[in-house]
Amino acid sequence: MRIKLKIWRQKDAVSKGSFATYELDNISPEMSFLEMLDALNKSLVEKSLEPVAFDHDCREGICGSCGMYINGYPHGPVKGLTTCHLSMRYFKDGETIVIEPWRAKAFPVIKDLIVDRSAFDKIMIAGGFISVSAGAAPEANSVNVRKKNSDAAFDSSICIGCGACVASCKNASAMLFISAKISQYSLMPQGRPEAKERVMSMVSEMDKQGFGNCSNTGACESQCPKQIKLVNIARLNREYFKAF
Amino acid sequence: MNKVLYSSISKKFVMALAGSFLLLFLPVHLGINLLLLREDPAPFNQAAHFMATFPLVKIVEIVLLAAIAVHIIWGIILQIQNWMSRPVRYNVRNRSETSAFSKFAFWTGGTILIFLVIHFFNFYFIKLGLVEGNADNFYSVAHQLFRIKGYLILYLVCFFLLGIHLYHAFQSACQTLGLNHRIWTPVVKLFSLIYALLIPSGFAYIALSICFFN
Amino acid sequence: MITLNAKIPDGPLEEKWTRYKNSARLVSPANKKKLDIIIVGTGLSGAGAASSLGELGYNIKIFCYQDSPRRAHSVAAQGGINAAKNYKNDGDSTFRLFYDMIKGGDFRAREANVYRAAEVSNLVIDHYSALGVPFAREYGGTLDTRSFGGVQVSRTFYSKGQTGQQCLLGAYSSLNRQIKAGTVTMFPRREMLDIVLIDGKARGIITRNLITGAIERHTAHAVILATGGYGTVFYLSTLAVNSNASAAWKAYRKGAAFANPSFVQIHPTSIPQLNDFQSKLTLMSESLRNDGRVWVPKQKGDTRKANDIPEEDRDYYLERRYPAFGNLVPRDVASRAAKERCDAGFGVGKTGLAVNLDFRDAIKKQGKKAIEEKYGNLFEMYKAITNIDPYDEPMRIYPAGHYTMGGLWVDYELMTTIPGLFAIGESNFSDHGANRLGASSLMQAAGDGYFIIPYTITNYLAGEIRTQRIEPDRSEFDEAEKAVRERIKRLLSIKGKQTASSFHKRLGKIMWDHCGMVRNGDGLQKALSLIHELRNEFWNDLIIPGSDEELNQELEKAGRVADFIDLAELMVTDALDRKESCGAHFREESQTSDGEAKRNDDDFAYVAAWEFKGEDNRPQLHKEHLKFEFVELKERSYK
Repeated sequence: MRIKLKIWRQKDAVSKGSFATYELDNISPEMSFLEMLDALNKSLVEKSLEPVAFDHDCREGICGSCGMYINGYPHGPVKGLTTCHLSMRYFKDGETIVIEPWRAKAFPVIKDLIVDRSAFDKIMIAGGFISVSAGAAPEANSVNVRKKNSDAAFDSSICIGCGACVASCKNASAMLFISAKISQYSLMPQGRPEAKERVMSMVSEMDKQGFGNCSNTGACESQCPKQIKLVNIARLNREYFKAF
Repeated sequence: MNKVLYSSISKKFVMALAGSFLLLFLPVHLGINLLLLREDPAPFNQAAHFMATFPLVKIVEIVLLAAIAVHIIWGIILQIQNWMSRPVRYNVRNRSETSAFSKFAFWTGGTILIFLVIHFFNFYFIKLGLVEGNADNFYSVAHQLFRIKGYLILYLVCFFLLGIHLYHAFQSACQTLGLNHRIWTPVVKLFSLIYALLIPSGFAYIALSICFFN
Repeated sequence: MITLNAKIPDGPLEEKWTRYKNSARLVSPANKKKLDIIIVGTGLSGAGAASSLGELGYNIKIFCYQDSPRRAHSVAAQGGINAAKNYKNDGDSTFRLFYDMIKGGDFRAREANVYRAAEVSNLVIDHYSALGVPFAREYGGTLDTRSFGGVQVSRTFYSKGQTGQQCLLGAYSSLNRQIKAGTVTMFPRREMLDIVLIDGKARGIITRNLITGAIERHTAHAVILATGGYGTVFYLSTLAVNSNASAAWKAYRKGAAFANPSFVQIHPTSIPQLNDFQSKLTLMSESLRNDGRVWVPKQKGDTRKANDIPEEDRDYYLERRYPAFGNLVPRDVASRAAKERCDAGFGVGKTGLAVNLDFRDAIKKQGKKAIEEKYGNLFEMYKAITNIDPYDEPMRIYPAGHYTMGGLWVDYELMTTIPGLFAIGESNFSDHGANRLGASSLMQAAGDGYFIIPYTITNYLAGEIRTQRIEPDRSEFDEAEKAVRERIKRLLSIKGKQTASSFHKRLGKIMWDHCGMVRNGDGLQKALSLIHELRNEFWNDLIIPGSDEELNQELEKAGRVADFIDLAELMVTDALDRKESCGAHFREESQTSDGEAKRNDDDFAYVAAWEFKGEDNRPQLHKEHLKFEFVELKERSYK
């Protein structure tokens, strides 16, 4: 395969960036999108040019490190896949692929395609936990959880924190992210005692970080690589009103 | 507590609540407008007079105006915040699959606002005595307006956009108010579709039949 | 010269830990506030240790190279986490879990440590459950378990196919709680580049800020490494591509003994390599072998499609060779058997380096829906990567480097041979012997972090309450920082022609070919000379664009690859030295007449702990002889 790449290059957080164009031959349709970028970087480094910086780690769709805006889609045009799982066979020979970093006030660019997603961590630090210390836990089976709730909690908990929801939302809202976490905890009896404090502090931190407001467009749901559902946002809203 | 009242979710809650109240008012207005189809202007004018003078209606009117104001102001604040949350925009248009109804809610709402202003000048401000005009015979005012082709087209376009706005509004309000249910949410969706089709078509039907058949 | 003292408490096996806890020294709450602890790594063990030590009141500084602690590679564990709860009433007990681990590890682990890991396993499940980890449940609301890894009881707790992520998020949440409470300070995007010793004790680390390139000094009264394994030495492995051995390697160079470096688990069910650019081998959970049947064609070079090959022309070689356990033999056995078939020319696929994992019979028997419920997400993942639908065609699988049983040598207190330097989780060697059983890595990592290190480090720190807070301007820090800066400068100044990854890839090939599933004396000798050549080439022909004062991913990679090359040499040295087959370490010279591993307990029942003796010298071997007082050494047979 032969492809043309238009990639956002930005030296550091303060520099002004721009697009650079590259052409690549010999791309195999079996390669993953990141392996295609590896090939590009190899050729750049061998010419003593700076490679394209991008975050990546597990390369099996679970760590949430990778993420780029590919041809207008966070994580690319295929639903339910992270960038590392995106295969080059989904692209056409001769196609031009435009790659941009996540764009949001809360996710400033650090370099090239790397953005700072620590705003997510800050939201989690604000209240994304159950306050139980090591040693204080009761026998596991002394707290029973209705299977239906436990399964629903799992469906919410599979968020990998990649930020595609924010990247896809026209308002750069983080509601899907925090609603998934709130849902997991509010569905389990373990999470109920501090449900009110949790939702209040997490939402307040979310606003502080500069994410936009949810306007129920559903872009997050369609682009979430783990296909987390919008019902979580309704549940978050409900939990929020209950906390008044 | 202040923080809580001005949080993202609270603002949306207020927005949804105000919007929901407006949803209740539309069928009432449509009901009165249906009287325009009668050849006798009296029932319509009587209804208009009743709406203008009955004390209970007066109270509801204040709430209604407040709801409109809140819905508009909050909508604008939220929208500005949303714009600010992505200062550097994408180069390639975002192609994520979304609901267009929700995506353009601000713009459909804006168009409706323009219509509302015109509508207020034509009727409501006259009734309040802010603008000169015949407050006793809105029937004939309405009939005259609908016969102006330009006005009619504007009217139809606005009600088409209102339909789109309403379709979004109903479900969106439920989502924002946290009302989501395995069984009831699909029902609400169906109902909102019917509502969004019925209300604007009702208004449009009245306007068209006055213009062409009356 | 180091001496190995495992410090195993006296008494019966089941009382050792209790006795230790009863006699361990304590630190008063007022003093805890004055004591600093550095933790490197935020996986299950690191984040667990940080939160539990923070809860006790110590000052914690924790570091990770990722942008967020939630991305540590514990996140990728799939199958489950073991505990001896006996919820299934099937005869499980702490002793049985201990025994399975000792036997599964082919009798090359320390009894006392393994028993303790089994003992605290129940507490781990209680704690995660309380933290809101959504484990699978029965309709009655109690926790569900499944069987795993060929043991005879059902003791594996799980969250569908992503138990690792769920447990890690539990650990991450408790870490966050302590960050909010102010007991823990988090330093993401930092790479540890050296460890600093003052008067022989670990007193701090030197890190590089991966965004600005700044070299930073951090001081503490004790340092804990929770930096995971070194499976990426093979380049292609099931590990995160950035996971590395550097932190452990720096500790080794500063005097921490490295134990059993050659003990590396090759996981049998990974998606095979598809092309030359491949950067990663994706694991397919071991649980698939519960229903999938492994086979290759009986005829060499059979070009028919898998589905067109009739039953009589298929060789279900695991069922043939190991009738008792069949497809459920432990990982090391299954991996070697696959390699044997492929080497003999029976492999399938373009490369011939793959075997079939077939669900046809299971689907026929249980229905597609049942299979979908159990493995749906794994099947989808497989299809996304390979474009082959496992519902219609067999999966193709091949072994891949996965877990390292070897690691920093630690005593019963999880302290390395450097006083004040501890190693927990996969970065130590202690609990899995020569082969790890499925679902016991999460168990061990969490146990180390939550329920062992808080006791043992307190025992150490009780002797440090009079030590003032360490100042970062000490000469030892000056020297360490200088050395770090010099090495970076040296890497940047080579200005050759080849990328760090290309060296890594070649190193991986050497290790895979000669120090992988099957090893022999000649091959290992050859590997040694190949590694030497590669090292020379690396230090003469490496290229790194950019500078050290910015985010420079090539520089990061180069430093890690340089350490991998050195570590590879130690792995090969250890593999050469151990002239027996045990667990994952299979020496061709030591096998039975039918090709099974032959252990030599008379000569090799020891932990090989290697001491660094300088750049150009052979490391020194220290032996910790393993005494089996509570179990009888047996041949490990799955026939």
